[in-house]
Amino acid sequence: MRRLFKIFPNARLRAQMVKELLSILRDPRSRLVVFLPPLMQLFIFAFATTLEVRNADIAVHDRDAGHWSHEFVARVAAADFVREVHTVHSRDELRALIDERKVIAALEMGPDFSRDIAAGGTGTAQVIVDGRRSNAGQITVAYLSTIAADVGAAATRDTREASPIVVRNWFNPNLIYRWFVVPALSGILVFFSGLMITALSIARERELGTFDQLLVSPTTTTEIIVAKAVPALAIGTVLGLLMIAAAAFGFRVPLKGSFWLLLPSLELFILSVVGIGLMISAVCATQQQAILGTFAVGVPAVLMSGFATPVENMPTVLQWMAQGIPLTHFLILVEGTFLKAMPLSDIIANTWPLAVIALVTLSMAVVFVRSRLQ
Amino acid sequence: MNGTASDRRAGAQSGERARRKFDLSRLFALVRKESLQAIRDPSTILIAFVLPVILLFLFAYAVSLDVREVRIGVVLESDGGSAQSLAAAFAGTRYLTVTPARDRREVADQVVSGKLRGFVVIPQDFERRLASPGAAPLVQVITDGSQPNTANFVANYARGVVQTWQAGRSAAAQPAVIALEPRYWFNPELESRRSLVPGAIAIVMTIIGTMLTALVVAREWERGTMEAVLSTPASVVEILIGKLLPYFVLGMLATISATLLAIHVFDVPLRGSWLALLLLSAVFLIPALGQGLLISAITRNQFLASQIALFSGFLPSFLLSGFLFEIDAMPPTIQAITFLIPARYFVASLQTVFLAGDVWAVFLPNLAAMAVIGMFFFAIARHKTRKNLES
Repeated sequence: MRRLFKIFPNARLRAQMVKELLSILRDPRSRLVVFLPPLMQLFIFAFATTLEVRNADIAVHDRDAGHWSHEFVARVAAADFVREVHTVHSRDELRALIDERKVIAALEMGPDFSRDIAAGGTGTAQVIVDGRRSNAGQITVAYLSTIAADVGAAATRDTREASPIVVRNWFNPNLIYRWFVVPALSGILVFFSGLMITALSIARERELGTFDQLLVSPTTTTEIIVAKAVPALAIGTVLGLLMIAAAAFGFRVPLKGSFWLLLPSLELFILSVVGIGLMISAVCATQQQAILGTFAVGVPAVLMSGFATPVENMPTVLQWMAQGIPLTHFLILVEGTFLKAMPLSDIIANTWPLAVIALVTLSMAVVFVRSRLQ
Repeated sequence: MNGTASDRRAGAQSGERARRKFDLSRLFALVRKESLQAIRDPSTILIAFVLPVILLFLFAYAVSLDVREVRIGVVLESDGGSAQSLAAAFAGTRYLTVTPARDRREVADQVVSGKLRGFVVIPQDFERRLASPGAAPLVQVITDGSQPNTANFVANYARGVVQTWQAGRSAAAQPAVIALEPRYWFNPELESRRSLVPGAIAIVMTIIGTMLTALVVAREWERGTMEAVLSTPASVVEILIGKLLPYFVLGMLATISATLLAIHVFDVPLRGSWLALLLLSAVFLIPALGQGLLISAITRNQFLASQIALFSGFLPSFLLSGFLFEIDAMPPTIQAITFLIPARYFVASLQTVFLAGDVWAVFLPNLAAMAVIGMFFFAIARHKTRKNLES
């Protein structure tokens, strides 16, 4: 390992870097914890995070029991997204199933449903949806509407009901949610790990008292920051590459863009994360403060980064704040490289903010450490 | 260990420990010491009172699952009157922010760069297609599939705009055969905030219960002060209660303030009772604190404890609890894992107590599940604490 660091001409700096790296990787348990849980999380969450609706339970209150209501219910029961159809015989039963979260939606057909359709009119069915799960509920209603339209087409034998639009989804024709989630998760997990490792680095030494020793030694503040930044950068890079490899080969997310364009963005991303981590670390007196500080910064950052919901949906002020979060830019870069084969100009448009964030946060970290000296 | 003698001594010790009387004044002193320690650290206040406010605010305003302003392009290739009226219909839609274009190459690059989430093409032969319905679709919609959820919204909004426009043109158009009338119970305005804010309380409680406790106790092990406290006459149970009670109180205070914020600031109704809410929170803190204690007893190191608390406590409660992502839609193996996540039961109960009311048929099984998981964590944590002393 020492030979690896020979590229740094400054012997003092080199020694410090080796020490920093060893302080994280020497303990076999922490070596494991740095790499294993993030990868495990990637696998679990990749399957867990989906905004689709599947295996839904639907209640049916059929007060009509005519030809068309049977037809409708049969098609709902056969639909892909439905796991089970619960037949109920009263409004109270229906209410209980919704209240107890046993079903996400309930269909209720009035006594005139089939008669109205047979007479050439409109059969009205009520859909009662559990508003506690508003997003999944809306998607369920959309699915049910499609089925209703199919039944309607069968009723009139009318082919003109065909959809007036044709939809093509670029980059992800079948809208596989995993293709979106896996690259995004790799960014989030690298973000959290990198932040935590660096936030602890100075705070740990301060808690143990070794930071004062470091300060009275001939090393400069800039050297201290560089020595702490480079090992974290190395660990973050290894973790990031593992994640990208898992996404490309494990999850078969198509990597349409250039890996060699993604790599520098990954480095700049980790560097800006390291800068934020060192800033937190410089103001904290104990490890506990550093870890909790990481949380107080990291969790809001992930929420505003555009992973859970697109940035453009947020209020304007939050959109501006989101521009200061490295993850926001990296998510665009990693999604763009994987799925969209983003051209160089778009990559540069999203990497220069990362460079600015890295520059600002790393210099702030130097300033913070220096101000602690006086 | 060298043989049975030491085993016997250890056994005798733990027997003696168990026989020690539970002393209330000693417990009170321990609780006081832990409380002071917790309150004096600014990071505790940051996590217990400042972070919850930030999180609730973000879940109320930043994280919205309702896609409200979708930026799309409208490519008008035809100069016909109806084509222009359709383009105007797109531009006039509240949920869409439209960038007009004459050529699809103008907007295609903006979909790649992420400035647009898709575009609609009104083709050259639009008037002809309109004249012979059913022959070919009227318009083409391109979406940015790299964000599948938004892509669905783009397609659905575009379909809605075209259908409304068609219906407006020919008043004599055939009515739908089956009309669905959706009624959203508990949340008729479909504000995703109303289900997200109660869920966010579960996240806050996990951070306080699991994260904070794991850190605090791990620090004691790391510094060796845990052994020092254990060697005093206080029993293991007393020490553990002394350690956890302040964080229990902190968690309950955070719930109360978060609930007040949710009701008065974020406009989330509390349809159930405070009693049910506080009972649910108190019972949720059993597995949350137990997990924190267990993590600290296993790791005895702050860095390891924080990483494990993050990956086994915080992230699962965020992603596997049904708070953002439907559990029913997950694959069976992952669904099985969610049964082990206490937050899963808490999120469902919180959404019910806030939006639906006191539905004890939902609460009771959830309370039982949380209590069982909590007891399990505590049993192992206690075992581990003893073992740590003997080894």
